[in-house]
Amino acid sequence: MKRIILLSLPIALFVVLVVFFYSGLQRDPSVIPSPLIGKPAPAFTLESLADPRAQVGSLDFRGRPYLLNVWATWCGGCYQEHAVLLSIARENRLPLVGLNWRDERGKAQRWLEELGNPYAAVAFDGDGRAAIDWGVYGAPETFLVSAAGVVLHKHIGPMTAEAWQRDFVPRLGQAEP
Amino acid sequence: MIPELGHFALVLALLLAAAQAVLGLAGGARGRAELLRATGPAVAGQFIFVLVAFAALVVSFVNGDFSVEYVAANSNASLPLFYRITATWGGHEGSLLLWALCLAGWSLAVALCSRRLEPEFRARVLGLLGIIAVGFLLFLLTTSNPFARLWPAAADGRDLNPLLQDFALAIHPPLLYLGYVGFAVAFAFACAALLAGRLDAQWAKWTRPWTLAAWICLTLGIALGSWWAYYELGWGGWWFWDPVENASLMPWLAGTALIHSLAVTEKRGLFVNWTLLLAVAAFSLSLLGTFLVRSGVLISVHAFATDPARGLFILGFLAVVIGGALGLFAWRAPRAAAGGGFAVTSRESFLLFNNALLVVALALVLLGTLYPLFLDALELGKISVGPPYFEAVFLVPMLPLVLLLGLGMHAGWKRGGLAGNGPRLAWLGGAALLVAAVIAAAVYGGIRPLATLGLALGLWVMASALLVLLARRLSGARLPATIVGMSIAHFGLGLTTLGIAGVEAFQVERDTALAAGEGAELAGYEFRLIGLRHGLRGPNYVATEAEVAVMDGDRRLATLRPQKRVYDSGGNPMTEAGIAVGAARDLFAALGEDLGGGRWSLRLQYKPLIRGIWLGALLMALGGLIAAADRRYRREAGEGAR
Repeated sequence: MKRIILLSLPIALFVVLVVFFYSGLQRDPSVIPSPLIGKPAPAFTLESLADPRAQVGSLDFRGRPYLLNVWATWCGGCYQEHAVLLSIARENRLPLVGLNWRDERGKAQRWLEELGNPYAAVAFDGDGRAAIDWGVYGAPETFLVSAAGVVLHKHIGPMTAEAWQRDFVPRLGQAEP
Repeated sequence: MIPELGHFALVLALLLAAAQAVLGLAGGARGRAELLRATGPAVAGQFIFVLVAFAALVVSFVNGDFSVEYVAANSNASLPLFYRITATWGGHEGSLLLWALCLAGWSLAVALCSRRLEPEFRARVLGLLGIIAVGFLLFLLTTSNPFARLWPAAADGRDLNPLLQDFALAIHPPLLYLGYVGFAVAFAFACAALLAGRLDAQWAKWTRPWTLAAWICLTLGIALGSWWAYYELGWGGWWFWDPVENASLMPWLAGTALIHSLAVTEKRGLFVNWTLLLAVAAFSLSLLGTFLVRSGVLISVHAFATDPARGLFILGFLAVVIGGALGLFAWRAPRAAAGGGFAVTSRESFLLFNNALLVVALALVLLGTLYPLFLDALELGKISVGPPYFEAVFLVPMLPLVLLLGLGMHAGWKRGGLAGNGPRLAWLGGAALLVAAVIAAAVYGGIRPLATLGLALGLWVMASALLVLLARRLSGARLPATIVGMSIAHFGLGLTTLGIAGVEAFQVERDTALAAGEGAELAGYEFRLIGLRHGLRGPNYVATEAEVAVMDGDRRLATLRPQKRVYDSGGNPMTEAGIAVGAARDLFAALGEDLGGGRWSLRLQYKPLIRGIWLGALLMALGGLIAAADRRYRREAGEGAR
């Protein structure tokens, strides 16, 4: 009897797995809106990536709309979207704030030196606490925060020129004070 | 016209696969001679029609028929001929068709090479392969038709993703798929054995060469992918723990465990249930990988198609095939005979450790890959598991695995002992540790514990593998191909370990901004930017190329030519690293951005021993090939079946 239970264990585990997969299919991870949409953006105060003695915080941008971009050097999607971020920064419509997530400071600094720096400021979130407050699923993610400090939109995965034009640009008017 | 012929051939292949499944399984159950005889031709017919369909798609690509949606999406008129052919499997639909072709090819090989198996057993194996083929061909025809027309036709195609326009990546998918799908043969053998209730050592002997063949392809496929990532992505990294990479690593780990447990089952009749379960698991993980990659349940940089209908189909298929096999296992496996005992230091127990540790490694990778999905489904929030998790946990089972491997190769069956090599191994172990410490201190300037341990383990396995050959040679014992293959493969694993330890611990990288004539120092070499050439015209791109001289004092050691390419079809610029290859180290330069004023950012890297990683993988595959070619599989497999 014990033997039969033991040998039935693989199929039992597999059934559980299928149930999870089925429920996973019902929810597209890239579509689910953040519970933060329409809510005040979580406050954070973190060390600056460039200089551990300086601080970068959400208060620095109060009264101005900004884009918060979560990135890390170990993340392939971040490399992919970097050129798009640079071109958004060149449009000069609003500042980009980087949240460098669970990364190594030296690597992240070299990344910006090499690839160019689209960010007005980069906060260093080494242990990922701030990212938890923001409900970050994985890097890269980009949030649009209005001048009133409300999260207007969240984009999961690499930023593209199309996503910028389609999802962000139309909301920029709403973001102004 | 040609695409329609391909489409039609695919429908015929589906019908023949269905016939193969029904004839094979009914024939196996009833033992009727006419059913048994008809199974083989059905397999051959299925292969021919899948081949015709595949050829039709290749021809559409070569001719640049942009009225076919898939061709228009994955190639364009300026693409060189070689990449126009390989673009056939550059997207979702073509990849699946290649997958179906691999499966049909393996099925045909089984049909041709197993004439000496019991007819009922052979028919069941082919019938089970037929079921899998039906699933894939249905998937192709209902959700992913590569021959769908575009109306009106496109004037030109969108282009093959420039990242894929590379030799290594052109042949990486076919090898990988041959590996994935090859495990279907072991899977079918296991299920046929369960159906027949023949749970003895015999099926293990039949399964071994097939499993090895699939494992060889998968090993080469993974190594090629890793090599490509190294020189093409511009980072100098060789493994990223991306879900898609994990999807290929998991079947490899299960397959590696399987080839080892098959040895025990064949030689000693032990671990029968466990081996059956691994055979089912190796292919199930291949299917699972397909599901994860193709359904979009996980976000990945590789993410291809996120079409819910496709995800649902694969999940249903997964449930039928894997659920069916595991159900069969729960029902039939309790009949398997329990084997005899063995001593603690016997080869059996070393192989048991090997299996336990490999399965732990597999479970850790599986957990890390699926964890975000579980948490999400349980509404516990959304997280991402990055390389920090995998790098930390993967070492835990791998270090003892490599350590025990050095001993296990020498252990005898059943009674144990190290065949008189105990003292020699103690010397080798001590020497490996000493040499590793000396290398770390003298060459790389510091004894770091983990790095030294890694180097020592690599040297230890390489030395121990050579000792197997040497000790047999000296004592005048026979050297069968399986032993030679085993030693070479394990020597390769040692080399890979050495490479990983060397590169992870001692690599140096530096990002610099240089103008022509300026130099930067790295790891004792001077990297000097000689100059830049702009507007180099390739077949379908324009490149900027830097000439970087690596100087050792006044001597020019190497010239690196990293490029930055902009493809005509647009998109982000691609980096093409300049690499000077060496046995002891690679010197690597990747060209970054134009910083203005004639200065360019350059990423320079010094990568000690990195070639060991891929050379080791090649040796593993070579060892597998030599072992699989052992004469006894050809001879005794047939005789045993009589």
